[in-house]
Amino acid sequence: MSEPTKSQAPVGEGRAGPLGATVPALRGLGEMRHVGLIGALAILVVVGLVTRPDNFATASNLISILSLAATIGVITVGATFVIIGGGIDLSVGAVMALASVWATTLATQSYGPVVMAICAVIVGTGAGLVTGWLIAYGRLVPFIATLAMLVAARGLAQRMSDRKTQLIQPENSALVDLSTTRVLGIPLLVYIFALVVVLGWVLLNRTTFGRRTYAVGGNPEAARLAGIDVRRHTMLLYALSGLCCGIAAIIIMARTTTGSSTHGDLYELDAIAAVIIGGTLLTGGRGTIIGSILGLLIFTLITNLFILNGLNTSDQLIAKGLIIVIAVLLQRRNLKERAP
Amino acid sequence: MLVMQGIVKQFPGVRALDGVDLDVRAGEVHCLLGQNGAGKSTLIKVLAGAHQPDEGTITFDGAVVRPGSPIDAIRLGFATIYQELDLVDGLSVAENIFLGHEHARLGFVNRAAANRAAAQVLARLGHPEIRPATEVGRLSPAAKQVVSMARALSHKARVIIMDEPSAALAHDEVANLFRIIRELTAEGVAVVYISHRLEEIREIGDRVTVLKDGRTVAVGLPARDTPTSQIVSLMTGRNVEYVFPPRQGREPGEEVLRVENLSAPGVFSDVSFSVRAGEIVGLAGLVGSGRSEILEAVYGARPASGSVLLSGRSVRRGVVGTVRNGMGLAPEERKAQALLLDQSVTANITLGTLPEFARLGWLDRGRERAEARRLADLLDIRPPDPERPIRTLSGGNQQKAVLARWLLGSRRLLLLDEPTRGVDVGARAELYAVIHDLAKKGIGVLLVSSEVPEVLGLADRVLVLREGRVIHEGAATELDEHRVLDMIMNGEAA
Repeated sequence: MSEPTKSQAPVGEGRAGPLGATVPALRGLGEMRHVGLIGALAILVVVGLVTRPDNFATASNLISILSLAATIGVITVGATFVIIGGGIDLSVGAVMALASVWATTLATQSYGPVVMAICAVIVGTGAGLVTGWLIAYGRLVPFIATLAMLVAARGLAQRMSDRKTQLIQPENSALVDLSTTRVLGIPLLVYIFALVVVLGWVLLNRTTFGRRTYAVGGNPEAARLAGIDVRRHTMLLYALSGLCCGIAAIIIMARTTTGSSTHGDLYELDAIAAVIIGGTLLTGGRGTIIGSILGLLIFTLITNLFILNGLNTSDQLIAKGLIIVIAVLLQRRNLKERAP
Repeated sequence: MLVMQGIVKQFPGVRALDGVDLDVRAGEVHCLLGQNGAGKSTLIKVLAGAHQPDEGTITFDGAVVRPGSPIDAIRLGFATIYQELDLVDGLSVAENIFLGHEHARLGFVNRAAANRAAAQVLARLGHPEIRPATEVGRLSPAAKQVVSMARALSHKARVIIMDEPSAALAHDEVANLFRIIRELTAEGVAVVYISHRLEEIREIGDRVTVLKDGRTVAVGLPARDTPTSQIVSLMTGRNVEYVFPPRQGREPGEEVLRVENLSAPGVFSDVSFSVRAGEIVGLAGLVGSGRSEILEAVYGARPASGSVLLSGRSVRRGVVGTVRNGMGLAPEERKAQALLLDQSVTANITLGTLPEFARLGWLDRGRERAEARRLADLLDIRPPDPERPIRTLSGGNQQKAVLARWLLGSRRLLLLDEPTRGVDVGARAELYAVIHDLAKKGIGVLLVSSEVPEVLGLADRVLVLREGRVIHEGAATELDEHRVLDMIMNGEAA
């Protein structure tokens, strides 16, 4: 699904000439790399329009799709960084749940909605820093460190909440307003999602942090020998993922008016799947934020279409599984074509 | 018994074997000599079935054979013991010996039978103390070597190819290796023995074949009494022309690097030297002499005791610190250690000095591109399009990009490890000119190369390394290739 243009570009062995001249022109079509994903999205939209002409293209349905995508979407931005950096974060759903619980305890709630939001962000970032430290300096394998954080964060969330769903108190309803207040007909939380995507894109494409992320994931030894502090950067990547989980916790609290240890179950799988479908290599070094978000929208649209058409949720899971496989097979074919 | 004739193997851009002849008799130790890149490894891989020759014939016991895969080669009775031992650390000794031809019935491994058979083979090799059930990862390098050999024997090999078998062994272990080789040859097994160490070849070898630039230059020389000078001149009389820039125009300035008593146990010991601004210092030595490791230790990428002073100040804070203090390394393995193959030439050039293109983390991409373009022009990186992915460039141009990386910022010392590896002759001359220009600008250069003429032609001063020690230090103009090779191989400090 990624970069059909590049696969067609002839691979010259370092000779100048007409090849060199054509390549910049092809690069102008850089956005073409997402053309497959956009095509898939378009097909899903057409399916929606055909099967449910009456209620697919309504404002309320589109807003519900975006609201649904917002929570995992924010997490996906963080997951994209971690995966491009050569890692994996399984703890995202559990960390989000922990952040939502911590922010909705009676003690935290007594300080008002702003402190609640700050609390969620700090808890998420803190959890990410801990896993990041374990991976970077404790030399744990990312899979294991984040699996441990998944289990432990979920447990801590249950302990803090006594396994009860914690309601947001009426005096803190300003937090809930994020989902009910609309600007131009769109809930505020969708703007938060959009803002995170834009900031994530800028961070990845326009800063030294983003460049280093590609370097650390693409060739950690080369990054190290070029003088990049690979360990520190690795730790920061997981902290960033945790930060995104904290922001996602704010969104889910706003949407559900609760904090709960059951929030975000299996979100890690959806987030990783979205990143993979978006064309990011699990081995690191390559990938884009836009691709991940397109992958996520595809996933969310499928869910929406199945619900609108009253289809079985089990079939929905099967469809998602197939899409992951197809996406990866297509990517592998592209990679082979690109191989020197 | 085994005759190879006119073997040619072509890789993209390189003719690795260009007409090699080899004639191995049953029961002899046939030594293969040649400098790095002479084609020894490729020849071994042809025999091991890993590469198929483009031309030429292999005759074994009078019949023409074509080992098309490693399995074919093993069935024919060719066994190869590689330089890097290809054992699986997590499996037991017996499992490693019989890997691929297990004692099994219906897929179930008969462990007892395998262990018994392994014990037999090991006893035959004179190592009954290695227990077949031991995990290979726990064994010493010498014991691993024995297991590797046991594997070759378990295949009932008739030709055993050994690629630098003594490289990982201590002195008394080498004696045991030789005893095993003598037993094998007494039973009629032929051994193809590859080593850089001339004294070993004199001790164990029967006949010598010399390779140079992918060709056989001498066949069947008697190993014991061919004069060293003849062997060395056969190895070095080369066709490749080196074009070095003249040494004029460089005036060594003040000292930029002082290394004192640098040691890493088992790798190198007590290494001391200095590099002055505008000076090129070369390290000459074989693979395993510690040359790359010394570079890495100076760079802070490898732990070592002793002191490294950069412009008189101590920097011992790892790579992040040494780069910040003006060092740069062009590592040995360009693709594995230096390049981001998926990224553009620009991104690869600026990787080491990103903060200089950023304010508060925000990259100034326009300036980054302009600088990359300036350097690409300066070093004549082709094609002249720094936005291309670097994987589409040739090796020489990739290497120029790695050098360009360290032209940015204020570098005081550059460490170059095999800067011309895998680079064709034309691009070499260009790289030499670039390195020379760097030194002219007052940068100190520490150069490692396995090609002795390169070290002699480029460096002002040369340190000769052998087994982790500096055995000679002197002006490059006072040395010649013969003398350096002599020191490297025979260890005669001049």
